Formats: sequence, structure tokens, C-alpha cells
Amino acid sequence: MVTLDSVTVSYGTHTALKDVSIAFETGAVGLLGPNGAGKSTMIKSLLGFVVPNQGRMRVLGLDVAESPLQIRAKVGYMPENDAHIPGMNAVSFVAYCAELSGLPRVDAMQRAHEVLFYVGLGEARYRNVETYSTGMKQRIKLAQALVHDPDLLFLDEPTNGMDPKGRDEMLELVRDLAHNKGVNVIVSSHLLPDIEYTCTRVVVMDKGRVAAQGPIDGLKQPRGQVFELRVKAPGGPDGFIATLRAAGLECHATDDDVMRVFVPGEEGARRIFAMAAAEQVQVRHLRPSVPTLEDVFAQAVGEE
Amino acid sequence: MPIHDQGYRRYAGLRAQTGFAWAVIARAGIRTLFAKRAFVGLLLLSWVPFLVRAVQIYAATNLPQAQFLAPDGRMFRNFLQFQEVFMFFITVYAGAGLIASDRRANALQIYLSKPLTRLEYIFGKFAILLSLLLLVTWLPAVLLLVIQVMFAGSFTFFLKNLYLLPAITVYSIIQVTSVGLAMLALSSLSKSSRYVGVLYAGLIFFSQAVYGVVESISGDSTMAWLSVPMDLQQIGDLVFRLEPRFHMPGWSAFAVIGLLIAVSAAVLERRVRGIEVVA
Repeated sequence: MVTLDSVTVSYGTHTALKDVSIAFETGAVGLLGPNGAGKSTMIKSLLGFVVPNQGRMRVLGLDVAESPLQIRAKVGYMPENDAHIPGMNAVSFVAYCAELSGLPRVDAMQRAHEVLFYVGLGEARYRNVETYSTGMKQRIKLAQALVHDPDLLFLDEPTNGMDPKGRDEMLELVRDLAHNKGVNVIVSSHLLPDIEYTCTRVVVMDKGRVAAQGPIDGLKQPRGQVFELRVKAPGGPDGFIATLRAAGLECHATDDDVMRVFVPGEEGARRIFAMAAAEQVQVRHLRPSVPTLEDVFAQAVGEE
Repeated sequence: MPIHDQGYRRYAGLRAQTGFAWAVIARAGIRTLFAKRAFVGLLLLSWVPFLVRAVQIYAATNLPQAQFLAPDGRMFRNFLQFQEVFMFFITVYAGAGLIASDRRANALQIYLSKPLTRLEYIFGKFAILLSLLLLVTWLPAVLLLVIQVMFAGSFTFFLKNLYLLPAITVYSIIQVTSVGLAMLALSSLSKSSRYVGVLYAGLIFFSQAVYGVVESISGDSTMAWLSVPMDLQQIGDLVFRLEPRFHMPGWSAFAVIGLLIAVSAAVLERRVRGIEVVA
């Protein structure tokens, strides 16, 4: 669906993408990574907004450098930040976007109405876009990306600024498009649950490089054991965490007072207990867990 | 259950070839402007001089006592010069927000994610100004020519002044292109259409003021090329085969207007992008 071959993109002295080579499969693919990882730059390069310093890119079998217009006729782009055509109501805006994509005027207006109903803006379609709430603006951005019936959708942080209910509805729409409507989707997000809910595959980006990629279920397959662990140590848990990491165990803190420890091989809890005993650390809680996408992300980007 | 399916459906209809999106942009822009009463009022006002000139032509062709009002090349030249006042207001009203508003609303990334080039976007925006400005310059001037033929009942004047139609066309295009591109370039520099309007007024009045100061010191009009409106007036005189009003070489006026167009194009090339990079 999309391939990048040794792509490097720089803004002045800052390199946003460093020699990235990757192939996105059809279906729903998540582009996951912290802010500044290069996700948006990758999408903007694929749309031709940014010309790479080196490398080649192909979208839907077409070379980005040679056929940008043919590509843009087949893809939809939902930008990350607030974006609309000023002075238009929603239905005019979306129909205008359809006409820009080559649809005849009558078809454009019909599609605009349909798509606005689909994204949940049917009742508000005659309101000026500038009066919309943040959540509604997210929906209208999806509608304008969808109106010309693209084969591939680039969604850049689609749930940005949405309330929980709106976020759930947006994720449901993305999931429906990808799984039921035959639209290929690349969802860029730094929110793990969003990617996990909507996508079947993930590409983890970090500091301009691809840190991990593959089917989410495959990446979550344990190559060892994961434990939830809470300890009491004389000098706090930091020293013990450092000891675990020095021994080659991956360990990262969660929101609670609990750390998640990945133990490769079959030694499991026995190894943790032995190390705790050696360090005179009390193990207050230890429970086997299943790997999550968060673990994959943490392993891939080396998050502490 | 609704009769009509309101879910998402794939589209299997026709799609236009790429390369015509500029017409969509131009049509939408013109429609938006014509929906504003103030703008329609301004347009109607800009046709008042046409009515005055039409009455003049009627009188000259039908009343022997009004022969001194008979039209000539200078009359058409003066008509177009007078229309520059309306050109100024229409350019500010319609042009200031053309790109500035899109930049404020981050619309450029929406536009450029569609199958259109930056050149098409710029041309679409330019076509809005081009058509509106020609509506108050070229169109009434040509209609005056037609009216003259109709009132006189003969082609004598038209055939004697065959250069007039191309002169009106060439001069109107030079006026509209230079003014329109300059306004678009200024509009691409800011997100505030008010600020752009002030910038444009500054370009016109400041260059005129500079020339005014130089002329009052030197007592000579050789430096008239410093003022954009004076350059256009000089070009107008040359195109309409009249005695040039300033003592500057004709090529200098053309050079300044050419430079203005080139700088405007360069600014647009640099500013109209799908992503704003601050390196």
C-alpha cells in the first residue's frame, strides 16, 4: 500500500526522518510514537508537502515524486491541527473539497450530505464551520478527507482534543471504515488505546526511525513473561529498577505504584525474587500479566 | 428505518481530469463575494463612470451642440485611469483575504492534499481578482466602444481607431495582472486580511509619496518610476499612443511593473506551501 525506501527528511539542521525504509500493508495500520517521532513528517512527505533529502516513496503503487496528483486523487488526509476553508458552512465546505477532488458538482453535494450524516454532523451541516466545537471540527476534517471516496486515508491524531464520548465515536468511525468499508487507513497517534482499537498492524516510530513494526497481536506475543511488580526498598524502587535493567530485564513504571517487568526466557518470577533477595528488597506484589501494546511501545522506544 | 441509507458508501461516479481545480476555486471565490451586499454595492458604484461616459457618447453622437464631447483615444484612456480608484477598493476588499484567510484557517494543507498543484491554487485565487477587476476595467471600456458604434450607427470611429480594442485589452491586462499579483503576494505574507489591506495601501501610497517628495525637490518627473501608479499611467499613455505625461523612459515603467510581477510570483512560490517550515 505504502512503501518508503531509505527516506531522510530534514528541516534545516533537524532531521525528522532518518533513513526510513518500511512497507505499510493494506488494512488499518497505526503509526505510533511520541511527539516529535516523525509521524506527521512521514505523512506530509507521502502527500508531497515535504520533499525528502533522499529516498523514494510509493503510495498505492505510484511514485510520490512522479505522480503526486494521481496519489492525492486516491488518498484522503485529515490534518492534525484545526483546518477548514473559511467562510463556508459544513455542507458547502465538504462539497467544495469533493469538487476540488474532481467530483461533478451535483455528485459532490450529494456525497457531502451523505458523508456529513456518516460522521455525525447531519444536523449541523448548515452551520458555519468556524462555529463548531473542537470535536465537531475533528469530524468535519474526517468528512472532507472522506468525501471523494479515497482508497487510503491518512488520519493524523484523529482524536485530538475530543471528549471521551466523541473520541469513542471517532474511533468507531475509523474502525468501521477500515474493517467494513474497505478503506485503507493509516492512523498516526501517540495514544496507544486508539491504535490498539482501530488497527491490526502498527509501526512504532521513535526519533525519526522505525523502532518496531508488525501485526499488533504478533508484537504482543510474549517472548518471555511479563509481571506487575510492587516493591518496598530502603532507598526507594529506583535502585532496584536499575538493578533489574542492569541484569537485562526490561522494566518500566506505570501510572500507579506498579512497575511492569519483562523477563525473557522461562525463569520468570524466580529470577525476580532472587534479585530482590540479593538487594534486600521486599516484594509486596507480583502478578503475571499479559503483554500490551504499551509494553511493545516501551520496549521499542526504550521508554523509562 | 430511513428509506435512504445514510451510512458511508463507495463512490463509483465520474471524476474530472486533474488541472481544472483552479476553476472550482475561482467559482467558489466569486460566488462568496457576490453573496456580500457591500461588495455588490461597490461593483454597482464602479459602473457609474460607465453610465456617465455612455451619456457623453450619446450626446456627442446625437447632439450637434455637444460635438466637443466626441470620444477619442484619450477618453478611453481617462476612463480606465478613473477606474483605478475602484480597482483599488475592489482589490483591497476582495483580494486581501484571498490567501491570508486560508493561512489563518490552515486551509492550505486541505487544498494541497487534493489533486491540485500550488500553481493551480494560486491561479484559482488570481482568477477571482482577475475576473472582478476586468469587470470594472476591460468590460465597461469595451462596452463603451460598442455603445459608440450603436449610437453613431456606423463603424467609422471604430475603424479610424482600430488600435483602441487591443489597447484597452492590453492595458487592462497589465493593470489587473500587476495589481492582482501584488495583492496576492501580500495576502500570502500574513494571516490578517486587515493587515494585508494596510500593506497594499502602503505599497500604493508610499511609493507615490516618495515620488512626490523627489519630484518636489528636483522639479522633474524623471523619477516617476518610483511610484507604481505613475508607472501604470505612463504605460497607459504609451499603449493608447498618447504623449507620455512623465519624463521617464517608457522602458523603466515596464521594467518596474515587470519587477513587481516577478517579485510577487517569487513571494507566492515561497509562501504557498502545504506545510510551514520554520527552520
